[in-house]
Amino acid sequence: MSEDHRAIQDPQTHLDAAEGATSWGVLAEFDDVETLLSAAEQVRDAGFRRWEAYSPFPVHGLDAAMGHQYTKLPWIVLACGLTGMLSGILLTWYTNATSFEGIPYALRGYLFHISGKPFWSFPAFIPPIFELTILFSAFGAFFGMLAMNRLPMFYHPVLKNLRFRRATQDKFFIGIEAADPAFDSSKTVDLLRSAGATAIEELEP
Amino acid sequence: MTTLSTDKLSGPIVDTTVDETIERPPLVLGETDFMDVTDSVCAMIENKAPIGWWLALLVSVSLFGLLQVLILFLVLTGVGVWGNNIPVAWGFPIVNFVFWVGIGHAGTLISAILYLFRQKWRTAINRFAEAMTIFAVICALIWPGIHIGRPWLPYWMFPYPNQMGMWPQFRSPLLWDVFAVGTYFTVSLLFWYMGMIPDIATLRDRSKSKIRQIAYGVFSLGWRGSNRHWHRYERAYLLLAALATPLVLSVHSVVSFDFAVSQVPGWHSTIFPPYFVAGAVFGGFAMVILLAIPCRKWFKIEHIITARHMENMAKIMLSTGLIVSLAYATEFFVAWYSMNRYEQFTFENYYTGPYAWAFGMLMFCNVIFPQLLWFKKLRNNMTILFLASVSVTIGMWFERFWIIIMSLTRDFVPSSWGSYWPSWVDIGMFAGSFGLFFTLFLLFVRFLPSVNMAEVRAVMPQAHGEGDPWIASEVHDRAKAMEREAHS
Repeated sequence: MSEDHRAIQDPQTHLDAAEGATSWGVLAEFDDVETLLSAAEQVRDAGFRRWEAYSPFPVHGLDAAMGHQYTKLPWIVLACGLTGMLSGILLTWYTNATSFEGIPYALRGYLFHISGKPFWSFPAFIPPIFELTILFSAFGAFFGMLAMNRLPMFYHPVLKNLRFRRATQDKFFIGIEAADPAFDSSKTVDLLRSAGATAIEELEP
Repeated sequence: MTTLSTDKLSGPIVDTTVDETIERPPLVLGETDFMDVTDSVCAMIENKAPIGWWLALLVSVSLFGLLQVLILFLVLTGVGVWGNNIPVAWGFPIVNFVFWVGIGHAGTLISAILYLFRQKWRTAINRFAEAMTIFAVICALIWPGIHIGRPWLPYWMFPYPNQMGMWPQFRSPLLWDVFAVGTYFTVSLLFWYMGMIPDIATLRDRSKSKIRQIAYGVFSLGWRGSNRHWHRYERAYLLLAALATPLVLSVHSVVSFDFAVSQVPGWHSTIFPPYFVAGAVFGGFAMVILLAIPCRKWFKIEHIITARHMENMAKIMLSTGLIVSLAYATEFFVAWYSMNRYEQFTFENYYTGPYAWAFGMLMFCNVIFPQLLWFKKLRNNMTILFLASVSVTIGMWFERFWIIIMSLTRDFVPSSWGSYWPSWVDIGMFAGSFGLFFTLFLLFVRFLPSVNMAEVRAVMPQAHGEGDPWIASEVHDRAKAMEREAHS
């Protein structure tokens, strides 16, 4: 792909080239929740797509202020829970209620005679089935959340910034990527400053 | 930091669901901002350890060593070193297993059930209550592991294809136990670790030494507090809480099935599942209070784990204690009402037989002594509260002793009666399990965040934008507290 072609597709490449193409984006610091919320609304309304707010705790109302969609995580958990339930039913049925001919000895089910009870005694199998349902759902919630968040991720441009260390302690940040089509370094900085940012820094990639 | 002014309050107070008649103190005391919370929690890890911590660690590690030596002795010699016999084949190991597994339940109650009920006061205590759950379940898992007779074969409990052509017998409550306790441990561990990720990131960003930076950096998984992450994180947390709630109720129910499904008089009882769950929460809260009282003093976090938290826990302990007392009374009533002479004899034997002293101990520790907590003055007195928790911990251990030992020594036929007395190995191992528990706990308070900083920040008034209904009650409480201060 030629340089010219890219510049047409992605107008901001041109800008970056003028600045030496070293900027990943800008990071603005905010002192309190209310300024963060109003700033997020302003950034959203200015049409930015590739930007993110960072806070030391989940801020209520920020999803709406940023215009985020509700996560699909509950569906993943539901699917995992159903898989767990099905595995539990198959496990108890196959190992305790069947003994198929022609299957290797070690893999064949084993029919226990326990005080004349039926081999397929479903009520007595409910506890293991229930526990497997919960176990699989919990794995779904935990690993699903990490996967959707793309964690673990040990490298990120914001983590290199010294000021950003307070994002996990007491300060709030908004980071806008230079790759955003609406990004214009001077205008974006002005927008963040007028929205109440106490400090604005440029981030290296 | 935004300061609280009266004109700011006029918005949120329109919420009519707020209880106007009761004035509650705020969740975090003092003129606290986000950094104060971060500093005081991180100070537990970053400052030098108090001398009390070192002394406690020394004692705990010694007891833990004793446990290891005794387990080695047991494995090399055989289960004859215990006091177990026929008819009391279960003895101390199972008493201790049920005792430890029960303690874990309070942690899940605080972290999951109180979360679903939106009890915001739980934020200061949930982390170390969850840690307590993990460590208590570790202590519990030792006992069935070494009680199986040949402790090098515990993997026989799991379903895997093998040369014997055998599979686990899924109709057995003992196997349900393997699945229930195993799932409980795994889910509690996930819940605990997931809750800690943002706080470990805080420690990473504050650490000065390279080793700490790398260690906390690895375990924080690169958490950066992004709002999209928080959104999914909160959903995942809510889902885990919703999953852990039926799970925790199922675990002690399944443990109680080990007894209730059998025919032994004193065990064969349908009240066991709810009675065991209430007992577990009762004993667990006693342990949380037992750990919280010294911790908040030694590490100076009394403005985060406030008197209000302690009082709430005391109230839960009292109410679950009453449920347990009612269960005892119901058991005796049903034994009398059933007109079953074996059942009646067994219950009579509890207070007239050779272990009547243990039964008396149980009644005093679990039923009588906690009644002191009815009085506000007494439950706000940390010494009394501490003593009540010690009493409940002892009482709950004796409850399991009562159920297991006393019922097994008096079977249907007098020819199969027996008696039981623990050996020195039994007693040493029980003491050793406390060593393991406190060793893990003491290491936890020094190396991991003991208070959920992210959640505590989120319940502070300045964490919420104007008009957020979530905070209405909290802002209201705080304003009332400030008014009271201004008047006095």
